[in-house]
Amino acid sequence: MTHTHWPDIEAAIHNRIIMLDGAMGTMLQKHKFTEEQFKGEAYKDWPSLLKGNNDLLSITQPDAVRGVHAKFFAAGADMIETNTFNATTLSQADYNLQDHADTIALAGAKLARSVADEWTARTPHKPRVVLGSIGPLSKTLSLSPKVEDPGYREVDFDAVVATYRAQMSVMFDYVDALLIETVFDTLNAKAAIFAAETVFKDKGRKLPILISGTITDRSGRTLSGQTTEAFWASIAHARPFAVGLNCALGADEMRPYIHTLSKIAGCHIMAFPNAGLPNAFGEYDQTPQTMSEQVSPWAHEGMVNILGGCCGSTPEHIRAIADGVTDATPRIAPVITPTLRLSGLEPFTLAG
Amino acid sequence: MSTTTRAQFVNIGERTNVSGSAKFKRLIVDGDYEAALSVARDQVESGAQIIDINMDDGLLDGVEAMKTYLNLIAAEPDISRVPIMIDSSKWSVIEAGLKCVQGKAVVNSISMKEGEKAFLEHAELVRRYGAATVIMAFDEEGQAATADHKFEICERAYNLLIKEIDFPPEDIIFDPNIFAVATGIEEHNDYAVAFFEACKRIKANLPYARISGGLSNVSFAFRGNNPVREAMHSVFLYHAIPAGLDMAIVNAGQLTIYDDIPKELREHVEDVILNRRDDATDRLLDIADKYRGGKRKARVVDTKWRDADVTSRLSHALVHGITKFIDADTEEARLASERPLHVIEGPLMSGMNRVGDLFGAGKMFLPQVVKSARVMKQAVAHLMPFMDAEKEEMGTTHLSNGKIVMATVKGDVHDIGKNIVGVVLQCNGYEVIDLGVMVPCDKILKAAKEHNADLIGLSGLITPSLDEMVYVANEMQRLDMKMPLLIGGATTSKTHTAVKIEPGYKNNAAIYVADASRAVGVMSKLLGDTSQNYIDGIRTEYVRVRDVHERGQVKKKRLPLAQARANAFKPNFKNYTPPKPTFLGRKVFEDYDLNLARACIDWTPFFATWELKGRYPAILDNNVYGEAARDLFKDAQDMLDNIINNKWVTARATIGFWPATRNGDDITLFTDDTRTEHLAEFCTLRQQMIKTEGRSNFALSDFVADSGDYIGGFCVTAGLGEEGRAQAFKDGGDDYNAILFQALTDRLAEAMAEHMHERVRREFWGYESGDTFTSEEKIAEKYQGIRPAPGYPAQPDHTEKHTLFKLLGGKEVTGVELTESLAMWPASSVSGMYFSHPDSIYFGVGKIEKDQVEDYAKRKDMSLYDTQRWLAPILNYNPS
Repeated sequence: MTHTHWPDIEAAIHNRIIMLDGAMGTMLQKHKFTEEQFKGEAYKDWPSLLKGNNDLLSITQPDAVRGVHAKFFAAGADMIETNTFNATTLSQADYNLQDHADTIALAGAKLARSVADEWTARTPHKPRVVLGSIGPLSKTLSLSPKVEDPGYREVDFDAVVATYRAQMSVMFDYVDALLIETVFDTLNAKAAIFAAETVFKDKGRKLPILISGTITDRSGRTLSGQTTEAFWASIAHARPFAVGLNCALGADEMRPYIHTLSKIAGCHIMAFPNAGLPNAFGEYDQTPQTMSEQVSPWAHEGMVNILGGCCGSTPEHIRAIADGVTDATPRIAPVITPTLRLSGLEPFTLAG
Repeated sequence: MSTTTRAQFVNIGERTNVSGSAKFKRLIVDGDYEAALSVARDQVESGAQIIDINMDDGLLDGVEAMKTYLNLIAAEPDISRVPIMIDSSKWSVIEAGLKCVQGKAVVNSISMKEGEKAFLEHAELVRRYGAATVIMAFDEEGQAATADHKFEICERAYNLLIKEIDFPPEDIIFDPNIFAVATGIEEHNDYAVAFFEACKRIKANLPYARISGGLSNVSFAFRGNNPVREAMHSVFLYHAIPAGLDMAIVNAGQLTIYDDIPKELREHVEDVILNRRDDATDRLLDIADKYRGGKRKARVVDTKWRDADVTSRLSHALVHGITKFIDADTEEARLASERPLHVIEGPLMSGMNRVGDLFGAGKMFLPQVVKSARVMKQAVAHLMPFMDAEKEEMGTTHLSNGKIVMATVKGDVHDIGKNIVGVVLQCNGYEVIDLGVMVPCDKILKAAKEHNADLIGLSGLITPSLDEMVYVANEMQRLDMKMPLLIGGATTSKTHTAVKIEPGYKNNAAIYVADASRAVGVMSKLLGDTSQNYIDGIRTEYVRVRDVHERGQVKKKRLPLAQARANAFKPNFKNYTPPKPTFLGRKVFEDYDLNLARACIDWTPFFATWELKGRYPAILDNNVYGEAARDLFKDAQDMLDNIINNKWVTARATIGFWPATRNGDDITLFTDDTRTEHLAEFCTLRQQMIKTEGRSNFALSDFVADSGDYIGGFCVTAGLGEEGRAQAFKDGGDDYNAILFQALTDRLAEAMAEHMHERVRREFWGYESGDTFTSEEKIAEKYQGIRPAPGYPAQPDHTEKHTLFKLLGGKEVTGVELTESLAMWPASSVSGMYFSHPDSIYFGVGKIEKDQVEDYAKRKDMSLYDTQRWLAPILNYNPS
């Protein structure tokens, strides 16, 4: 177990906006790695195609992944996410690499750790921390993949807990906190929370949890149909360090839902939107300046504590945002009166 | 002030509960999840803010049913928008449910019943799954009944949760046990007051905790009398909500507004709920019948029964719980009998059996039965000295008729029913050894051996008790016990006893006893001389019950659709020219003369409506109810005169004919005889059961020729104006005539259909000639051609009515409207299709397979989902 600088983050978050990194995937794509490069030495004889398996690059192209982490730190990030979005048995099964998921997750965690430690040593006044990235899985618990059979499920809760538990266990000693992110099915996130608490019990120590949902479009709902408020009610039992939203939307589209969250959640608020919406070619062409102009006001208005970027956001985007919020006073969490709060797709609060 | 003004009070929908709703249970047991989903949808639409889902039933795999239902609900945004309450007494079911809901649910419930350790383990898991939980005021000692005990449990649970596992206090919901009041048992009188007091103390001392309860329990003693029950619910809420009740499991559609309860009833109910006077139960009972079913008049104090013979007087006294004359009447009966025991076995027992029947039929309530038992006890007490004297004389000392060991099984605390059985049995001369509640198996069996009991009686109210009873039965077999086993209690059933309990106990009978007042009859038969016959009879019956259950479970094998089609029915079309109707298109008969229909009425179903079984006209001379049938028939004729002569209703018939050809399993209709322009398509369904050699797999389309044929359609109604008339009777408090009127307009509609069919055959399609058939022959369907209706066995798909009514011109023309579930309105209407071929017959499609449903959906251009929904009753597979 490495020494964690998390207490420094907890202290700093009261004084300034904490910066998260940008998009690992976007940065790795710029290398335009070939199938051979994806496979590298370690997997050169692997029978199936591995191109596109970004998490595997932590093993086969570690310098590229290091480079991305380093660029985000250089741009001003306090926190980076491990390159482990899909490093689970269930997601790696798409590449027949389910038996290698542990190795991939471990490589991603170690890599991020070493880069963070280097930067902490280089700038001791600004300690850097690592968030273990826990992605949403390619299989989902609340939705049936079969149109004609709405009761069908491709996977069950216990299997999802098992896959997350394995991923979290191998990363546990190398990360400062866990980030359950890009949540489009809240039940998957609940399984991840369940897994995390199981791992904490196994290890005899807790890590902070951060949770970030994904509102898929302007309907204001997750893919599994929940509103922002219902999403929060469903995951609040994790007592997260921060809750937020990421992906799917650009900053302007995301703003109302971050605003909602900031009013109802008693923990810190994080936001890492995409760099705008994709253009006709599926590329994100929002400039760092534009993104910063949209996101920075959230900090100045006291809506957020942690900012970063998702798809399309480069180190320049992170730098622009960091520059835009240097003098911002971070959000002070509201005091939420305890009362029974439940949810279906919509929230339910028992008043009084 | 009314109970609905406090907005923060939460109604929890209760209909999606197999142990509370017979309808929902049937849907789940039958695997009809589509219809089961609509139960949930209805609740959300009618205002339930949380829906309670319970799959606890001895015949269900609770874990599977819970998972299946919750996964289906997740796909229905109009249902899943509200939070779910996962309701089970089995932790395994609760946990399975928690793994299926993305929202924050409520668990209902956990408790300290099995000690602190299990309680905290479950609570910790509830928190980790992200749910709130109901906690029952239940500890190792049992369910708390007093305010002190209730609060003490809640406080202890609260402190444990917060101190030991850091459980959020706002996610705690206490259920301090709503118990039945006015049961006739004195200790129960203070139950509601204790609940209110516990609520106040919880709210004052346990910050953020909430309070919930199952409301219907409080009025359990008045089951069968909904107006009184609803009044009790409203009064209870009226006092419970200010005391701190936050939510309750209720049927939201069935709550009376407090202010709307008649003053007298409200006061009497309030006396009971608040335990304001010792005679509150009796006083409520006195007036309860008056409010039952709305407007019936109060029973007049009637002394005429005193003029009857002594047997009838004893029976009357038992049924009405009158002790005033019982000693004198018993004495009179004793003097007339050879032995005092004969008074018990004769008139008193038959009186108690009558009580049992009335209770079973929901015509008497629990406290009345207790009162009956009291009367019985007094009568027996009067006879006892004479019986003792007789025994001394005859040298016998054995006083008891038999000895029974009774217990509420382990894990269950409900004992009202068992106590009633105890009272009833004791006053019938049986020795009762009551072991109380939560009795473990070994204790029951040990007591039975020690006391040398003649029988063992097991009681239970909650679902897991069923499993425990199965265990006790198996243990009895293993330990080679010999006495009969009686099973009773609210969740028990004949089916469960026959399917799960009886097969495990071979040494003697295991018998389901439907209710308290039947216990004596069962006991006396089991301990009498002819007990073996009785036991054999029960065994035979249970084999049949198992078969029926089995048949309900096992799916029959069906033919693939292609094979069924290959075996289609081929009527004789050789040298056959389909007859041509006298007109094409539709014809309307406004203001149809009902005198024409009157002669065609089939009276047998009319009498069946009144539970008078037998064929007309023989029924009029029936030994048992001939007189009742004759009276009824006379009333019916008088009313028919009024209906027809005074135009209480008007009738209308619409018929139509169109050129048609068979198109596979469908029938294509054309606009005219050029047969060039497609008008409509009737889709039909084909039998898929495996047929014996030479028998075909029918579909209605088989009866239509490939060329030159025709098809007809009709809609008749005898109900235009019926609604107002029936309502007028009801408003006038005349239920008898309201029911009579509706039964008659129904019959008139059927008769019109019959009469019109005859005219079609003879005049409008005109293929029939010669002598007219007699009514009996018509009822026996001896004529040529058929008139099947959508929604009936030959075409079970109601949606074909859409096509039929479009052809006939819809509501404007026919006067009949289709409801969203495709019922006809007015109700006294009949519609269908006409087929003319001499070989056409009525048949039942039976269960069909998915291959046909998919094909049918495509032909009808309906989604598979909708098609399965409409055809749910005939699917030979589980569509989910």
